[in-house]
Amino acid sequence: MKKIDLVIIGGGPAGMSAAISAYNNGVKDILILERAEELGGILQQCIHNGFGLHKFKEELTGPEYAWRYEQQIKQRNIPYMLNTMVTKITKDKKITAVNSTEGIFEIQAKAIILAMGCRERSKGALNIPGFRPAGIFSAGTAQKYVNIKGYLPGKEIVILGSGDIGLIMARRMTLEGAKVKAVCEIMPYSGGLARNIQQCLNDFNIPLKLSHTVVEIHGKERLTGVTIAKVDENRKPIMETKEYIPCDTLLLSVGLIPENDLSRETGIELDPSTQGAIVDQNRQTSIDGIFACGNVLHVHDLVDYVSDEAEIAGKAAANYLNQKAENNIHISIKTDGKIRYTVPQRFTGTQKTTLYFRTADVYENAVIHVRDGEKIIYSQKKRKLLPAEMETITLSEEIIKNVSSNSLLVELEVVKNA
Amino acid sequence: MLKNLTCIVCPMGCNLEIEIDDKNNKSIKKVSGNQCKRGENYAKSEIICPTRTLTTTILTNDGRLLPVKTDKPIPKDFMFECMKKINGQTVSLPINVGDVIIENIANTGANIVATKNMR
Repeated sequence: MKKIDLVIIGGGPAGMSAAISAYNNGVKDILILERAEELGGILQQCIHNGFGLHKFKEELTGPEYAWRYEQQIKQRNIPYMLNTMVTKITKDKKITAVNSTEGIFEIQAKAIILAMGCRERSKGALNIPGFRPAGIFSAGTAQKYVNIKGYLPGKEIVILGSGDIGLIMARRMTLEGAKVKAVCEIMPYSGGLARNIQQCLNDFNIPLKLSHTVVEIHGKERLTGVTIAKVDENRKPIMETKEYIPCDTLLLSVGLIPENDLSRETGIELDPSTQGAIVDQNRQTSIDGIFACGNVLHVHDLVDYVSDEAEIAGKAAANYLNQKAENNIHISIKTDGKIRYTVPQRFTGTQKTTLYFRTADVYENAVIHVRDGEKIIYSQKKRKLLPAEMETITLSEEIIKNVSSNSLLVELEVVKNA
Repeated sequence: MLKNLTCIVCPMGCNLEIEIDDKNNKSIKKVSGNQCKRGENYAKSEIICPTRTLTTTILTNDGRLLPVKTDKPIPKDFMFECMKKINGQTVSLPINVGDVIIENIANTGANIVATKNMR
C-alpha cells in the first residue's frame, strides 16, 4: 500500500489552495485525488467573471481563477491524479480509490483534507406534481451543456429558484438566443447575490417573481409548460394566483448541498445546518488529522473565501503532521435561530479566528453579539444581513483566551426586521 | 432625480443612490451608498453609457469550446452583436490564456481573449 503524508480529496479551488498552503508550510509528500479529467473543479464551467477580486484584486473568469492555482501546483510539482474517484475513507486514514489505469487501490495517509465541494439540490427533493418529461435540468447541468458541451438545453426557459447559478444561466442562455420567461423564487428575497439580479436579470428584462413557485409541470415526453403561483407567508401556494407559462425547459437553482457521502461513511460528525463537518478553527473535523474546507464544509458565495478557508486547512494539516498543533481548550459555538450556523463550530485553540455565518432571514440594522454565559464579550453592528450572503465576525486571541465557560452563543439582536 | 442601482463591480453589491441633475441631462450630482471609489465610477458609467464584460465560448477546430471574454467592458447594447460575431467563428488550437482571438470586436475597442489553455 502506498504511504503518503497528506492526501487531498478533490482538485477544485479548495483542494488546490489547501495543497499549496500545506506545501508552503513544509509538507512535501502530498497527493491530490481528482475525479474529473482536469484540475479546477466547477470553476471550469463557470466561464463568467467576478472571481478573484479579493485574492488577486482583479476580476477573473472561473477558468482563469483555476489556472492561477493550477500554475502554483505545477511550479511546486505537487502530484495529482486525475480521473480518480475516492470510494472510501476510514477513521485511521486509509483511502480506497479507483481509476482506469490502476484499478482499485489503497493509500495510507497521515493526514487528509476533504475538499469534495458540493452538489445541486435535485428536483426529487422538491416534490412538484406532474409527469417527468424531458427538459428539466439543474442549473449546473445546463451550465455544463452550454459552456462545455455546446448544447442549448432549450429555447423557452423558466427558472425555479434564484440561486446564483440560475441567475448566471438566465443571462448565459439569453445571450445564446434562448428566451428566459421568468425566474420564480419561493422566498420573499433572492437566493443570489444582488449584483447578479442586476447584471443577469435586469439587464435583459427578465422578471424575478419573488414569493412564487412552480405548482405543476405540463408535458409528457417533453416539457410543454409550467403553472406557477404566488405563495403565502407559510410558503403555501395561493391557487387563485395560478398562471400558466408555456416553456420547453425548466431549470432548477434551488440550493447546493455539501457532498459528504464519504465523510458520513467515515463517521465524521456533521452539522445538520451546514450539512458539512463540524470543525474547529483549524478546520479539523471530529477525527484528528482529517480536515475539511471549501464547499464540502459549507456552501460559500465566493471562491475567494473558499481559497482563504483552504489555506487555513492546509496550514493546519502541516502543523498536525509536524506535531505543532495546539489542542488546549474546548469551547463549542452555538447560535440562536436567527443565525443559522457558524463555521467553525468550536475552538480548540486560542488564535485569532474569523467566524463565518449565515442568517435565517433578512435583517436590517442588526447587532451580532457573542455571549459567554451571561456576559457579552463581543458585539458588531451589521447594516444589512441577507441569507444569500455569508457574513463574518473576527474574534481576537485576547477575547478567546478570556472565555470562561465551555460554550459561546452567537446571537442576533434585531433593531428592525426588514 | 434620484436613481437606485445595485453596484456590480464586485460581489459586495452595494446599493447606490445617484442624484442626477435633471436640468443638465444625465450629469451626476452625487453618488452615495458605495463603499469604494469603483462604485462611484460604476454609477457614472452606468448612467451615461452602461458597459459590461462579455463572457462566452467560441468553437475550436476540434469541436470543443474555448471560454473567452472581452478584455475590457463593452457598451451593454453591443452584447448581442458581439455574440453573433463570436458564434460565427472557429478558432484553431493550441491556445493559451490571454491570447487574442478576435481584435476590436464590433468596433468596440475591446478584444476577445481566451480565458483557458487548450491543446
